[in-house]
Amino acid sequence: MTDTSMSSPAHSTSKGTGANLSKIALRWGLYLILGLFALYYLMPLFVMLTTSLKSLEEIRTGSLMALPREVTFDAWATAWSGACTGIQCEGLRPYFWNSVLIAIPAVALSTLLGALNGYVIAHWKFKGANLIFSLMLFGCFIPFQVVLLPMARVLGLMGLAGSIPGLIFVHVIYGLGFTTLFFRNYYVTIPAELTKAAKVDGASFLRIFRSIFLPLSLPIIVVTVIWQFTQIWNDFLFGVSFSQAGTQPITVALNNIVNSTTGVKEYNVDMAAAIIAGLPTLFVYVVAGKYFIRGLTAGSVKG
Amino acid sequence: MAPILDIKNLYKSYGPVEILKDINVSIEPGDFLVLVGPSGCGKSTLLNCIAGLEPITGGTLSIGGNDMTHVSPKDRDIAMVFQSYALYPTMSVAKNITFGMKVRGEDAATQEAKLKEVAAQLQIEQLLNRRPGQLSGGQRQRVAMGRALVRDPKLFLFDEPLSNLDAKLRVEMRSEIKKLHQTLGASMVYVTHDQIEAMTLATKIVVMKGGVIQQIGTPAEIYNTPANLFVADFMGSPAMNLIPAKTRKAGADTVLDIARADGASMQLRDHRALDLPADVLVGLRPEDIAESGFRAGADVQEAECLVDMVEPAGADTYVTSYLGGKQVTARLHAETSAQAGQPLSLAFDLGKVSYFSPSTGERLN
Amino acid sequence: MSDWLENHLPKVVLAPSFIAILIFVYGFIGWTAWVSFTRSKLLPRYELKGTVQYEKLFASPRWDTAMDNLFIFGTLFIVIAMVLGLMLAIFLDQEVRTEGVIRTIYLYPMALSMIVTGTAWKWILNPGLGLEAMIKGWGFESFTFDWLVNPDYAIYTVVIAGVWQSSGFVMALFLAGLRSVDGEIIKAAQVDGIPTWRIYTAIIIPSMAPIFLSAFIVLAHLAIKSFDLVIALTGGGPGYATDLPATYMYAMAFSRGDIGQAASSAMIMMGVVFTIVVPYLYSELRAKND
Repeated sequence: MTDTSMSSPAHSTSKGTGANLSKIALRWGLYLILGLFALYYLMPLFVMLTTSLKSLEEIRTGSLMALPREVTFDAWATAWSGACTGIQCEGLRPYFWNSVLIAIPAVALSTLLGALNGYVIAHWKFKGANLIFSLMLFGCFIPFQVVLLPMARVLGLMGLAGSIPGLIFVHVIYGLGFTTLFFRNYYVTIPAELTKAAKVDGASFLRIFRSIFLPLSLPIIVVTVIWQFTQIWNDFLFGVSFSQAGTQPITVALNNIVNSTTGVKEYNVDMAAAIIAGLPTLFVYVVAGKYFIRGLTAGSVKG
Repeated sequence: MAPILDIKNLYKSYGPVEILKDINVSIEPGDFLVLVGPSGCGKSTLLNCIAGLEPITGGTLSIGGNDMTHVSPKDRDIAMVFQSYALYPTMSVAKNITFGMKVRGEDAATQEAKLKEVAAQLQIEQLLNRRPGQLSGGQRQRVAMGRALVRDPKLFLFDEPLSNLDAKLRVEMRSEIKKLHQTLGASMVYVTHDQIEAMTLATKIVVMKGGVIQQIGTPAEIYNTPANLFVADFMGSPAMNLIPAKTRKAGADTVLDIARADGASMQLRDHRALDLPADVLVGLRPEDIAESGFRAGADVQEAECLVDMVEPAGADTYVTSYLGGKQVTARLHAETSAQAGQPLSLAFDLGKVSYFSPSTGERLN
Repeated sequence: MSDWLENHLPKVVLAPSFIAILIFVYGFIGWTAWVSFTRSKLLPRYELKGTVQYEKLFASPRWDTAMDNLFIFGTLFIVIAMVLGLMLAIFLDQEVRTEGVIRTIYLYPMALSMIVTGTAWKWILNPGLGLEAMIKGWGFESFTFDWLVNPDYAIYTVVIAGVWQSSGFVMALFLAGLRSVDGEIIKAAQVDGIPTWRIYTAIIIPSMAPIFLSAFIVLAHLAIKSFDLVIALTGGGPGYATDLPATYMYAMAFSRGDIGQAASSAMIMMGVVFTIVVPYLYSELRAKND
């Protein structure tokens, strides 16, 4: 308990070892519960992994949780380069690269714009800046269904329908609210006197951004990049609405593989494909979990 | 010589809120102007206006004889030291100091030479490669000064530069700033809420309240002849005693009737020719009330008072008594025999007195 | 000229984003709202025809199911995720030595796409080879767990997967909240001899009201927008049994070619989101602008 250090001496002198024993039992109970929950959260990942390493034959005869008797990577190979997404059977590979091609420019652009916007809103307040910020913030919360129809038409008018640049455009637009919010909230913690000092030193708007704010921004850039990358990589709604055969992101392709009705259900391939689709964001999470959590909490606790 | 800083009819408002009203100040080269007042009086806003960091709503402002009303900060030939020091956190001390020169495009050799000179002057040579985060408060303060000094500006601006330091360091840095002013002979504008800083540093003080200038003068003028109750109360510690009194004429003299704690009244006679209203506030600094026998002069009047409290403070002993319904403080010598609850004869130096109108708060003499 | 530019650069920099948001968020909402009052079918038409689309929507049994499902899913998802999140946060707050590892394990599902989550749970919950078969294989021959294909229970599988995905995140929010409570208050309570559980119920949890609100807002928002999870897990089926407003809207927009229905259902979703989020954001912004 949080108060062990405070209360245990008093307890041990008055009640002796009995209290200590119950304390130890409590502790074990606590660890047991935490451990069980850890198993609960890990179970699907475990099942996905073992299933992906089994042969279809073994899946049909064996148990869900059993370890593979014979490890085979065939399912992974199929998922990567042979599984059928509808009529094409090229696996996830082309779609994986589609997602990369969408995510990298969209993350870079929305982060850069967010940084500049946040810088202006936090340090170059002008009349109406707060209103603009509020409008952008409210924009973060709209259910995207409400923009799907007009966006489909506008992308068509812009000649971007069903294209990767079109998806990049959509992700940049609807990511702006959050990236601006992240940077604005970070930059308001930088004292206004710093900007003043730089102005007296003769630095211009962009010079102050480049020489003073950018070098300070690494943590928030990491948070924003991770947030945006996760959002865009995991996006399904925009991907399924605004792509066509050949430009689909990986989430759409995965769904197509899993729900394709042709042929035998290859659960091992489904699981391998699901892991492949999840790996990049899982990797980011494991490598930079701290920043990932910061983004999540910053994205939920507003203002 | 033309004034180095000349502010005429300056107004500043944020929307409907007037922050500064009709500010007129000018200083000569070499002046050390201190803007002092309680928080929210507009002194920092005024400094920001002088720096060009805040646009002004009305009036004009010139620096070194040139109109600067609409000129951006970088072209005003000023340097500024901030309360939080505002050191660029990702740059080394050396880079902090040379950043301005770099932005202005001065060559590397000049930058290096100036950096050396200033670093030597402020004794921060050994800190040049450190980051601001690795410095103590006093060291940061020096670096902030260095950043201002390299600029060699027409006008130095200081925004409460000592308020983040502990008491001892503050006194040290205060005398260093004073020394710097004397050796450089530079013109400075300095904002503080600390009236002792104002008294010790200034050649000229502007006392502000609610965006309005209350009084402009030398430290001695401000201290000895405060223009109104606010200035009298704000400048000096302990504050000036402001004793309610009734006046009446007695020949050429003015007699001041002051109620004592026991109900009986005490009389003081001012021999000077004065024309006072019936009700006044008698302003006397604690040091102008002494123990009888320790102060002599034509204007010294003695009277018996009941001692309420005795507070030894080392060099002096402060004695308080209730006069005119107010607690009045007298600054006596350390060895005084005054005792709480006992009567004590006090000498009031009416040569130093200031009279204020209780209704308008303005000075009457 | 260069001075003018320098003075207006902040506005110039902000302008493109602002215009984009104005058009692509507010303009588009306006467009959708307009179209929801027309008789648009496969192509949008712009003559206003009153509330026909909304009347049709509310008369539609499929939409009815979708709203019912949203209510069931939303309530269970929010309540279970919050309770589980708070419980785990309190457990983890007990100076657990392996806290970092455990936290990482609890939170990783949040990094996954809903499509991945849906795919995984679809496999685990499938009656033929998944959990049901496994438990039968252990000798419990009569065990059945066919929620995924049972129209009456399929929506609960969405809850199971949703909670698995999001409860770790709620735990992280609450844990941050627990840690931000003033340590001196807790010490004072300990000195007063107040037992730990009372410290939690009487001091720490009440002071976390803003965190509860944040967690609620985020979860509600997630629930209303839920689309990918249903698509991957049940495809909206069996039949329309697990349809949510989001899948209904998508079906109308892209499979049925009924733009009018799509627009009106999107507007209802937006209405639901805004009645929850706007008061919250408004109060947050007001508090900040003081």
